[in-house]
Amino acid sequence: MHFLLKKFSILVVSLWCVITGTFFLMHAVPGDPFIGDRVIPEEVMRSLYAHYGLDQPLWVQYGKYLNEILHGNLGVSIVYTGRSVNQFIAEGLPISAWIGLQALLLAIPSGILLGTWAAMKRAQWQDTTAMVLSTVFLSVPNFVLSSLLQYVFAVKLQWLPVARFGSFAHTILPTIALAALPTAYIARLTRSNMVEVLQQDYIRTALAKGLPLFRVALVHGLRNALLPVISYLGPVIASILTGSFMIEKVFAIPGLGQWMIHSINGRDYPMIMGLTIFFSAFLMCMTFLVDVVYAALDPRIRRPAHVLG
Amino acid sequence: MYWADAWFRFKSNRAAYATLWVLLGIGLFAVLGPWFSTHTYSDIQLEAKNRPPSAMFWFGTDELGRDLFTRVWWGARISLFIGIAAATIDVAFGVIWGSVAAYVGGKVDEVLMRIADILHSIPYLLVVILLTVMRGSGIGTILLAMTFTGWINMARIIRGQMLQLKTSDYVAAARLIGASTPRILFRHLLPNAMGPIIATLTLTIPTAIFTEAFLSFLGLGVQAPAASWGVMVNEALSAMRYYPWRLFFPASMITLTILCFNLLGNALRDALDPRLRR
Repeated sequence: MHFLLKKFSILVVSLWCVITGTFFLMHAVPGDPFIGDRVIPEEVMRSLYAHYGLDQPLWVQYGKYLNEILHGNLGVSIVYTGRSVNQFIAEGLPISAWIGLQALLLAIPSGILLGTWAAMKRAQWQDTTAMVLSTVFLSVPNFVLSSLLQYVFAVKLQWLPVARFGSFAHTILPTIALAALPTAYIARLTRSNMVEVLQQDYIRTALAKGLPLFRVALVHGLRNALLPVISYLGPVIASILTGSFMIEKVFAIPGLGQWMIHSINGRDYPMIMGLTIFFSAFLMCMTFLVDVVYAALDPRIRRPAHVLG
Repeated sequence: MYWADAWFRFKSNRAAYATLWVLLGIGLFAVLGPWFSTHTYSDIQLEAKNRPPSAMFWFGTDELGRDLFTRVWWGARISLFIGIAAATIDVAFGVIWGSVAAYVGGKVDEVLMRIADILHSIPYLLVVILLTVMRGSGIGTILLAMTFTGWINMARIIRGQMLQLKTSDYVAAARLIGASTPRILFRHLLPNAMGPIIATLTLTIPTAIFTEAFLSFLGLGVQAPAASWGVMVNEALSAMRYYPWRLFFPASMITLTILCFNLLGNALRDALDPRLRR
């Protein structure tokens, strides 16, 4: 319990840091939201300030902001007047989450299989090929890969739609582009763990009993080799999320990442804040969940470190 | 002895040795490339827009008729500078933080590492986006944003190394004959932690280059007319269908550079790790 308690307190403090950081950064930005092309009379200006609570001391504003966020209100857009960040999330998140889930469903099994296979064929050409390929895919930026896929399969060969979001066919290229990096990452991790596990005594015993290597690797080896992989699912989910910024731009998918880019380009500060807080909270909670799962699966980690010696 | 041995092991890894030369080549072109060209990176020639690669324009031209060959190598300067500078700052900061935490130990260690834990759990790219949006883009801001939480990895690695080395016998011996703390730190601990430091430094550079490209891709990169590779890819993307070479050159340069640094870093990590010595 010690382990999870520590992780949870870090989660809470970090979230508070993000919220506080964004608030004070937002107030440090020079300029005034109401100074525009039109000259606004003094009276109106004052009532606008009063309406948005900007006439109050900073710490009162901060308290209100914190209160709003704790109630789940992430603020309103200043570019798309009258629309709240929550509405954008409600619209964009299902689309992004759909593609993200497809990518995860593609990346996790294929990464694990590729890694296991490479470990079984250690130091042979299959292993080398798999590892070279995964290094390449770890090095290709997402936007390069997705524009390459788009150019080859949609523009030149015309097998799949170029962009936008509609049918399953629209999601194929984005899913592949999004899954490439996590697949390579998981494959490398699985391989290095698997190589270690395959050298252990109980594996030798299983092999000596005459079980085929493939069965030994999948049934006996994998459950131990996968533990560290699970602990790295946090960064994998993070890479899918940031990948979505690029992929949604390349494929013109109206997901949450696309809205993030719109708000950055339009300097829509409240929306950038709201989305950043949402993304951070989402990622940190995911990482925490992964830790919980990990602790549930590996009894060693639940005990405080000093017991382990 | 250690370094000669490490160098020998590194050289016997042919692929990694080749990447070193590729990277040196890219670096050389970044420095000299623009001089080979008769164009400058910001020359606008509207009569020569979107030209494919030719004898006149080796990599073609962009939508304002600027020579892509010159721009790619200018971009190399910016991307490499940002990558190396960010990695160096990360390492410097991480070494200080990590060695203080490990060497002083106790409460100080606890506090320093908890701060690192908290900063580490804040998503890296979101911090970078937020800081660049707020402070306006520019190389200084990009560096600040990338190093804001980038040093934590390094600090953790250094701390782990130091904790191991601190209890070793030769450090105890040095302390017995009255060596001062700075002397032990700089003469005994740091040189022995050099292997992981160099390997991590090499693996930090591609992350920084990628982050810079990512920022440029979001429209937060360096400002025109200067161009990094990420900016060029971003500009080329909308016209990919008609002028694919505008995308091809910067995109393959980013990929090649990141790939080489990754391979080099992995090889260095293996070569510099004494435990892997056979």
